[in-house]
Amino acid sequence: MCHQTVSLVARHLEAHGIPTVVLGSARDIVEQCGVPRFVFTDFPLGNPCGKPGDKDMQRAIVGMALDLLETARYPLTTLQTPFRWDETGEWRETYMELPEDTQAA
Amino acid sequence: MSDFDPTQRGFVSYIDKSREFYLAKGYGNPYRWASNPDAPFAPLTKPLSESRVALVTTAAPDLQGGQKRSRYAAATRPAPEALYTRHLSWHKTATHTDDVETFLPVRRLNEYIAEGRLGSLAPRFYGVPTVYSARQTVHEDAPAVLDSCREDGVDIALLVAL
Repeated sequence: MCHQTVSLVARHLEAHGIPTVVLGSARDIVEQCGVPRFVFTDFPLGNPCGKPGDKDMQRAIVGMALDLLETARYPLTTLQTPFRWDETGEWRETYMELPEDTQAA
Repeated sequence: MSDFDPTQRGFVSYIDKSREFYLAKGYGNPYRWASNPDAPFAPLTKPLSESRVALVTTAAPDLQGGQKRSRYAAATRPAPEALYTRHLSWHKTATHTDDVETFLPVRRLNEYIAEGRLGSLAPRFYGVPTVYSARQTVHEDAPAVLDSCREDGVDIALLVAL
């Protein structure tokens, strides 16, 4: 829901002449709302500007957002950062995990 | 289980996940997400090195958890040490938000400013409440953020979702 909120605000600022970039990790929500520029990092929700304690990664992601402000020529431009959360990807399964007795067979 | 499954999309669909989660819990009226086929576009009007940047967040300022649903503006200097996030739907079993730079990168932006890549940071960052009502966001919160940006002479904005 945070992703929809900031996406709606970005659209409003942009429509009134302020260039924006959204940083987030819920790609579908941002892209469905439609924003001018989006930096997508494929992480668990919570750290779209880089992993905790990893200043180099945070710098890189913020830098990509600045780059995108300069390079995007059209709205609905998504830039995906190259970072992975971990080797397993298990976090993908554990958000809003359904109790076993409710999962479809 | 975590091996890549090419029959599924590569990134998590939170629209699908939340719909299925609430349907399984008996809520049969799925949320209708904001959906637009297009978006506005404002080109940069000056170089980044001369631009003032603002940050927009959905985190709350009060570490005790008050003001969770309020709009606010707070100083970027000194950079905040922490913000309240427990009320938001980030992935609490996979990560944490104790490092504020992971979602409000004031220090990282100041580094770029020191190097001349960016002009300046707005004196305040802006908080908008995460609400189910897109109408409230569009008609109340977003115009208020725009007003704050204009008061602070903001040229560009980074908006970070938790």
